[in-house]
Amino acid sequence: MKEEVIIAGFGGQGVLTMGMVLAYAGMVEGKEVSWMPSYGPEMRGGTANCIAIISDEPVSSPIITQYDTAVILNQPSLEKFESRVKPGGLLLYESNNILQPPTRTDLTCQSIPAAVEASNLDNSRVLNMVMLGAFLAHRPILDITSIRAGLKQVLPERYHHLLSINEEAIRRGQELAQQEVEA
Amino acid sequence: MGETVLMKGNEALAKAAILAGCDGYFGYPITPQSEILEYISRELPKAGGVMIQAESELAAINMVYGAAGAGARVMTSSSSPGISLMQEGISYLASAELPCLVVNVNRGGPGLGTIQPSQSDYFQATRGGGHGDYRTIVLAPASVQEMADFTYLAFDLADKYRMPVMILADGALGQMMEKVTFPDYDPDEHKLPKPWATVGKPPDRERNIITSLYIEPEHMEEINLKLQQKYRQIEQEEVRWEEIETGDADIILVAFGLAARISRKVIELARESGLRVGLLQPVSLYPFPSPRLHQLASQAQLMLTVEMNAGQMVEDVRLAVAGQTRVEFYGRTGGMIPAPEEVWEYLNQLLENNTSGTGQPVARNMEGAQP
Repeated sequence: MKEEVIIAGFGGQGVLTMGMVLAYAGMVEGKEVSWMPSYGPEMRGGTANCIAIISDEPVSSPIITQYDTAVILNQPSLEKFESRVKPGGLLLYESNNILQPPTRTDLTCQSIPAAVEASNLDNSRVLNMVMLGAFLAHRPILDITSIRAGLKQVLPERYHHLLSINEEAIRRGQELAQQEVEA
Repeated sequence: MGETVLMKGNEALAKAAILAGCDGYFGYPITPQSEILEYISRELPKAGGVMIQAESELAAINMVYGAAGAGARVMTSSSSPGISLMQEGISYLASAELPCLVVNVNRGGPGLGTIQPSQSDYFQATRGGGHGDYRTIVLAPASVQEMADFTYLAFDLADKYRMPVMILADGALGQMMEKVTFPDYDPDEHKLPKPWATVGKPPDRERNIITSLYIEPEHMEEINLKLQQKYRQIEQEEVRWEEIETGDADIILVAFGLAARISRKVIELARESGLRVGLLQPVSLYPFPSPRLHQLASQAQLMLTVEMNAGQMVEDVRLAVAGQTRVEFYGRTGGMIPAPEEVWEYLNQLLENNTSGTGQPVARNMEGAQP
């Protein structure tokens, strides 16, 4: 098993956190992992992305330009990364933030209404966890207990009272994606 | 062995420094290595060490000189422009034979440059960097684990040879997170006695003098000869490298640090296509693994160095190979990172054309990679 994921969006949407939860969860399961954040001028211009790699084998390059999966939270990121998903790969994008949907036909593309779902949960900041849940529905590479352990590691302790709402957001994301997977 | 944790390279290096018994850290913040300062400012005082954020890089390196002279295990860290500012001090440390660790988390240059990862300080790092005939041992980590491991090693080598040791990393290694395990390491078992340190003169011995100023050229030459003798010993005893799938390889990539990680991906692509490609990864950049490269040259029809600069280490590879086989170079500059696919495409072009390449990306590959 090897999954190479890019997660991209605006700063503040939680893209770095989502990747970090994946990396921690992979580590909990004894897998090889790497997490490479953008830290350059892009970050300072308001967009952010990270590459998370989870693999049974040692990770060769932590920086790559072809991905198995892209999780996209804004339009500029879709324009930048749509062409870089491997043929047959997965592209999940947030419905409210993407006005021009992807056009590739050789990918599994799914629009996830994560912003709406997060506001239904009364916390717009769990948008990223809804997307994480949707990702896990398509790619069940990690056990949900490992994801929970990862979440606990990544979330600063002062936010631990929000663990349950984050877990609920992951579950809702799984359900949203599942409906599509089954349909 | 401690537990395995997920950490940024900068933090892993900082934690390892504290576990290695670092007594003092002196530095000045600069991206992409400020996490080292942040971590050490928070954690080193708890462990009984001293952390000073100096007013400049010049001040920091001269604080290193002072504390090293007093026998403390000390370090500094910075990134490219900051390391340039420290060069005078590093030359003094080398001349006065003071042990210390200098970490350079390389960013794109020249000038103030970018904050993106680069390997453009290879020449500066491996040729001493400052004025005068001196070298520093240079270690090049390629993973977060090695950011930690080489920190212990660097302190020990600095003590052993009484000289500055440099860790040459890059912004990506500093910023990325990977698994890391911290070994059991008891600093008291590793720290060497320092009878030369200036810690106050007891009545029963001569004064210790630490200086890099010698008025008589005869005396200065003696110092130089002694330094050169030390460097010859290091070239015999401290050469470090790794090899990946070189056994049957007739094409050998040569790369260090992050470029070596990228090259491992290139090997995966090449092996899938049936090409016998291997990697020689220098771990010590000085001393350089020249003897091993010389050996490998006899089995290789092509050696391709992959660097995040305009072609620096390739000169050392050519010196080592001494014309036995074809040596080519590919690199990206200014903080851009060569994508594995573009290196693979470049290698294929070299094999097809059988003529010397430009070392530059072809137009459609300019996109590259960047964190």
